[in-house]
Amino acid sequence: MIGLVVVSHSRMLADGVAELAGQMAPDVVIAASGGDGSGGLGTDYEAVGEAIDRASSGDGVVVLYDLGSARMVAEMAAEEADAEVRLADAPLVEGAVAAAVAAQGGADLAHVLAAALTARDYDGTTGAIAPDSAPDSAEVSADLTLTNDVGLHARPAALVARALAGVDAQVAVRFGEQSADGRSVLALMGLGAPGGGSITVVASGPEAAEALRRVTDLVHRRFDE
Amino acid sequence: MACTSDTVVAGIRAVAAAVAEHRDELVRLDREIGDGDHGENLNRGFTAVVAKLDPVPATPGAVLKLVATTLISTVGGAAGPLYGTAFLRAATSVGDAADLDGLAVANALQAALEGVVSRGKAVVGDKTMVDALTPAVAAAESVASTGGDAAAVLGAAAEAAEEGARSTTPLVARKGRASYLGERSAGHLDPGARSTALVLATLAAAAR
Repeated sequence: MIGLVVVSHSRMLADGVAELAGQMAPDVVIAASGGDGSGGLGTDYEAVGEAIDRASSGDGVVVLYDLGSARMVAEMAAEEADAEVRLADAPLVEGAVAAAVAAQGGADLAHVLAAALTARDYDGTTGAIAPDSAPDSAEVSADLTLTNDVGLHARPAALVARALAGVDAQVAVRFGEQSADGRSVLALMGLGAPGGGSITVVASGPEAAEALRRVTDLVHRRFDE
Repeated sequence: MACTSDTVVAGIRAVAAAVAEHRDELVRLDREIGDGDHGENLNRGFTAVVAKLDPVPATPGAVLKLVATTLISTVGGAAGPLYGTAFLRAATSVGDAADLDGLAVANALQAALEGVVSRGKAVVGDKTMVDALTPAVAAAESVASTGGDAAAVLGAAAEAAEEGARSTTPLVARKGRASYLGERSAGHLDPGARSTALVLATLAAAAR
């Protein structure tokens, strides 16, 4: 499984981002490295290297960072690391969440990095990431009512994205006028679908039926709330 | 004159003393347009370096490498990776040579500049240490190509770096923490360019 490292000038910020992303990806190792190592703001080259070692299980590590020197220190630590490391030039919070969910779903290094980078283009207000259209294959769809309390909030959105990992299908989740890629936890959250709201799930591709079944199942189980 | 590991160690010790002496000036410059830690960070780094210079490493390259690794792990801020990379590339450039001539010093400065540019992604005019180091390299190469020794090369580099640092004052920062200030960064000397000029001036004085 891909591990994550969060590098911040602030220890509290690094720990907080790791905590937040970890809530949606319980099995992913998310190592935080914040502060200058002596209680102040800054970055600690050796500590970042140690965090990479902690996060590494042999499959690779994605590093997210906040400002200026954090990137440079991460770069140097990555060059020295035994693990295969990629740096994600992405918004720290959204990128960590998206990467963590992708890693939890078993994505490889390139796909976890790509998930983090989706946070860069994501504008936070609409389900802007449209699914690939597949006109030749039959679409299946279902209208579902979110009977859980929080709707497609962070944790449920992460469950949907994770449930679709590895399923060969394009899945769009529609709420009102907006459509979100079912694999993008950020886009799903961006729909703002509340508890009691109605969504439409549209799936296409070879395993469309399986994809639809998984999402429907989650909604019916009220996302195990 | 010779430029052996003893010469380089003497130069680095002088740099540490100069950084300590100018600590408050660098802090003040960095408070105006950055996060105010440049003087403290560099001082901490070079203090740690001096503690490791006994016994004296075998070659000038080994001294430079020791400086690099120490700065990288003790300077918490952009200066750590940037100065660290500069010294590391300089160390690689001089290799195992026991005595550096003018050309070796100029090549080391060129390698240091390339390292800083690749690490920090800054170009001339961004209001960074690159604005001091770039003209320093050009001046160093010019003197080295006409047969100048290590001291002459460093002297020319220091003079050009000083002028380059001063040229950062009217600039609007496009890299580093100061870039968040936009137009308000104009009218202030860049602390990284200032410290670069200080380091080169001190090395030049020590080599004379």
